[in-house]
Amino acid sequence: MSDVPDTGAEAPQSAAARLFDLRSLIGGLFVLYGIMLTVAGFFTSPKNLAKADNININLWMGLGMLVLGVSFVLWWRLRPLRHEQSPPDATGPSATGPSAAGTGGGR
Amino acid sequence: MLRLHVNPFDYTILGIYFALVIAIGVIARRAIATSEDFLLSGRSLPAWVTGLAFISANLGAIEILGMAANGAQYGLPTVHFYWIGAVPAMVFLGVVMMPFYYGSRVRSVPEFLLRRFNPATHLFNALTFALAAVLIAGVNLYALALVIHALIGWPTWLSIVVSALFVLAYITLGGLSGAIYNEVLQFFVIIAGLVPLVIIGLHSVGGWSGLQAKIDHTKLGAGAFSSWGGVGTGHWTNPLGDWIGIVFGLGFVLSFGYWTTNFAEVQRALSAKDLSAAQRTPLIGAYPKIFIPALTIIPGLIALVVVPKLGGANISYNDAIPALMGKYLPNGALGVALAGLLAAFMAGMAANVSSFNTVFTYDIWQTYIRKGRRDRYYLRVGRVVTVVGILIGIGTAFIASGYSNIMNYIQLLFSFFNAPLFATFILAMFWKRSTPWAGIAGLAAGTIGAAAMHFAGYHIGYFYPHQVYDHTHATINAQMLNFYGAITAFVADLVVTVIVSLLTKPKPVAELGGLVWGVHDPNAPDPASVPKPPWWASPKLLGGVALFLVLVLSIIFA
Repeated sequence: MSDVPDTGAEAPQSAAARLFDLRSLIGGLFVLYGIMLTVAGFFTSPKNLAKADNININLWMGLGMLVLGVSFVLWWRLRPLRHEQSPPDATGPSATGPSAAGTGGGR
Repeated sequence: MLRLHVNPFDYTILGIYFALVIAIGVIARRAIATSEDFLLSGRSLPAWVTGLAFISANLGAIEILGMAANGAQYGLPTVHFYWIGAVPAMVFLGVVMMPFYYGSRVRSVPEFLLRRFNPATHLFNALTFALAAVLIAGVNLYALALVIHALIGWPTWLSIVVSALFVLAYITLGGLSGAIYNEVLQFFVIIAGLVPLVIIGLHSVGGWSGLQAKIDHTKLGAGAFSSWGGVGTGHWTNPLGDWIGIVFGLGFVLSFGYWTTNFAEVQRALSAKDLSAAQRTPLIGAYPKIFIPALTIIPGLIALVVVPKLGGANISYNDAIPALMGKYLPNGALGVALAGLLAAFMAGMAANVSSFNTVFTYDIWQTYIRKGRRDRYYLRVGRVVTVVGILIGIGTAFIASGYSNIMNYIQLLFSFFNAPLFATFILAMFWKRSTPWAGIAGLAAGTIGAAAMHFAGYHIGYFYPHQVYDHTHATINAQMLNFYGAITAFVADLVVTVIVSLLTKPKPVAELGGLVWGVHDPNAPDPASVPKPPWWASPKLLGGVALFLVLVLSIIFA
């Protein structure tokens, strides 16, 4: 899918600015796991409870994962990535050859 | 007997995780247009991502299971692999060395050697690194297959092929970004899987004091809780040998060599979006590293108490964590822990493959075989090399399943190549007089030195328990010998590099800009124009606090 316009130039533009924000995925996975384990925690059998030394580990782990997941989602929503000046190669007078990627504005 | 009772709920959790692994590869593909996007994430990632990937690339399952095994076998002295054997080197990489790597815009560690020394040094390092990376990827794959076989009963060949296909999918699609994003996700999943083991385990043995009391009655005894006990030279009793080996061999030579020159690690920092983020990469990684012993060594100690016959014929020390998973975790929590374990195996392989393809594409193919093509060509080469690397890994894994000893010899061989690296790099960066031919000569001398010490050490009584020579060689303290071998390699490399430098012609200073301490890089941006990070993100502060924490913990657990 190298569908980025080549603009006829020697070095094509970096597409790194299109990389998605990982925080949404981490948040999503942990919220989902958190819900699954918390619900399972309400139905822990006495046998499983005894196995884990009488700690309802699914419940506690589920709640912990929910907290982690929700924090990632909040962080992601409250401080979104800004793709302001995604670099049209900031003049990079790099000594090596084809390092086309800009430094991302040094933010 | 180690078989876990995995039910559909656990399989659902596993299935969700593996679907996400592939999804990351597929979505990351959109962000790849150039070879540098594919091999270095377009140098665009934020510090928290590269920092967690930095630690995750090292947090493979072999590391986790192995450190838990060391915990059960040696006790608290195992913390040396973390506190003295990792954190100082990570701080040094971030604060001192990263400006040379990132600032000079090299795309790999071997490329630094090419610009600082000469093609001979470059090729020596690039070839040994690339070969080691694919073979070690195979070792990871084989270890993964063994664990899957033991835990859920899949045949070995099936798990080798299936897990290699997963890694293949997300790296060929998503490149380094796919690998790094998965490493960060894996970091959280593996922590989530290990924390419950520690909580339930400590609860059931009666807390920390209960654990101490119970360990006293095991074969480890009370010495298990002293990390620095018995390290006196001449009459060492510590399982890791005397303090010279621990401080200089492990803490200085091996640790600095691994963390500051191993491209699988340094690559994570090179993918950061700017110098400040690159410097913070190993520093952010240092904080989890300080506390990971709690999640590996403590389960090892708990397992020694609660798992009967651990370390015997049927259940090895490496089984400490899987045994605790089977003993304590109900379905659900078990699925998460299993996902973390499998993810850790894949990450161990992916880190090696994603650094192998970069070194092979840029340092071997582009530098010596096909120069000056368009970038799109090298992007394609990078993808093909990834597939080839994984195929070699699969082949290695199958060979290993026939002759498992081969793996030990391979790892031993590459440890000889790694041991002298730090001596060469430290002279390269701080002594502008060191000459191109001194680079390769020093590396060769150090490699020979490490090998010579290894073989000589077997005949020296000092490396055996109670300092008494054992004709069968069975009881030798292999760790301690390894540390002394590293010291030998370092000294040999240092001496030969200096001698050859004094006899040969140095590079003109004009060619060393940005590569050596005190030589100004004419291409460097004006320092005033580079935005300063906020005070709390200053590399010196982050590094200093990490070292302080390690010092305090080392005193508490001395």
